[in-house]
Amino acid sequence: MSSVAKRALLEPVVDNNPVTLHVLGICSALAVTTSLLPSLYMCVALTVVAACANAAVSAIRHVLPSSIRIIVQMTIIASLVIVVDESLKAFAFETSRELSVFVGLIITNCIVLGRTESFASKNPVGLSFLDGVGNGLGYSVILILVASTRELLGAGTLLGYTILPSVADGGWYSPNGMMLLPPSAFFVIGLIIWAVRSWKVEQVEKPEFQIHEVHRKEAL
Amino acid sequence: MGNYLELFIKAVFVENLALSFFLGMCTFLAVSKRIQTAFGLGAAVIAVQLITVPTNTLLYHYVLEEGALGWAGFPDVDLSFLGLVTYIGVIAAMVQILEMVLDRYFPPLFHALGIYLPLITVNCAILGGTLFSVQRDYTMTESVVYGIGSGFGWALALVGLAGIREKLKYSDVPAGLQGLGITFIIVGLMSLGFMAFAGIQL
Repeated sequence: MSSVAKRALLEPVVDNNPVTLHVLGICSALAVTTSLLPSLYMCVALTVVAACANAAVSAIRHVLPSSIRIIVQMTIIASLVIVVDESLKAFAFETSRELSVFVGLIITNCIVLGRTESFASKNPVGLSFLDGVGNGLGYSVILILVASTRELLGAGTLLGYTILPSVADGGWYSPNGMMLLPPSAFFVIGLIIWAVRSWKVEQVEKPEFQIHEVHRKEAL
Repeated sequence: MGNYLELFIKAVFVENLALSFFLGMCTFLAVSKRIQTAFGLGAAVIAVQLITVPTNTLLYHYVLEEGALGWAGFPDVDLSFLGLVTYIGVIAAMVQILEMVLDRYFPPLFHALGIYLPLITVNCAILGGTLFSVQRDYTMTESVVYGIGSGFGWALALVGLAGIREKLKYSDVPAGLQGLGITFIIVGLMSLGFMAFAGIQL
């Protein structure tokens, strides 16, 4: 694999992660992270849509007038999402129930539109496809981390298998109910961002306002 | 009347689109740096929500739903798979129309909203509002109430977060949490606060 292709595929996973660095695409996703299984389906759905939409937009990039490109991209993405949504309903009906409206919301997921707009409209088909897969993976990494933390601490299980036997079943772990509620997703993702940025220091944001160093020392 | 009020309160506080369904997060985090811009965007979202949710709900009930085309002589047609494309088309068109109307009749408001109006098309809170309304089978009046309520709740959360972030500039945040990280944790705390309304019965 050439180095350009490798970069397009692997860079979005940690170094250029769409979620932790660019704040894209968390909209619809966090709500499904109460347990791991629906999150896995969500990851696959988004990666498929992102990769195919990128490839399709890239294939027509020379004939697409730029004044109508957004609406064309939205239509391509919406059609792909309909295909994914109908296949989920056909082959994994229970999970599609659980995901409810969130599969449909992939349409407005900023990762997909962001990549078709900023990458696929300037690059060849193969590379755009890899870029879509890469960004899908970057999103999946975060989603899986959040989902496993929440399911493990909230219910003591992973994918439905008991890992930490709960007190109710005669074990020792008393589940933290808050992990199953929406606020915990925000906390977990905040902490993940903290961890990633302590590791990759160049991603740290500059403070907008700095208390003067001398004053700060005096105050402390 | 009572159940409309209950629906409204529920849409604003308990089922807040931003804080309990994570919808519109990208815009929510990007535009919450200053209270003034937050107000502008919040107003725009309420307006668009008020128009698109009832429109899409009506479209679903009278055109797309299985058997809905009975009035046109096609009782066996089921177009519900076209839902997603239709909704996003309606939203994009409505935003465009709203933009033109505001430009013509309320120029100051149009200039205040500026770039945020077109961005609303890709805001998941708008599409989410429509999808929830369709999924829960709201009637016409209910969808109007739900549209206003969900838009208002989103705007309220946005302005609240903007207020907190304006103060936050002066605090001493650990380097790795600076910016995005601490914002997420604050949003989590706000979400906890909004959940306190969950037990309200009207």
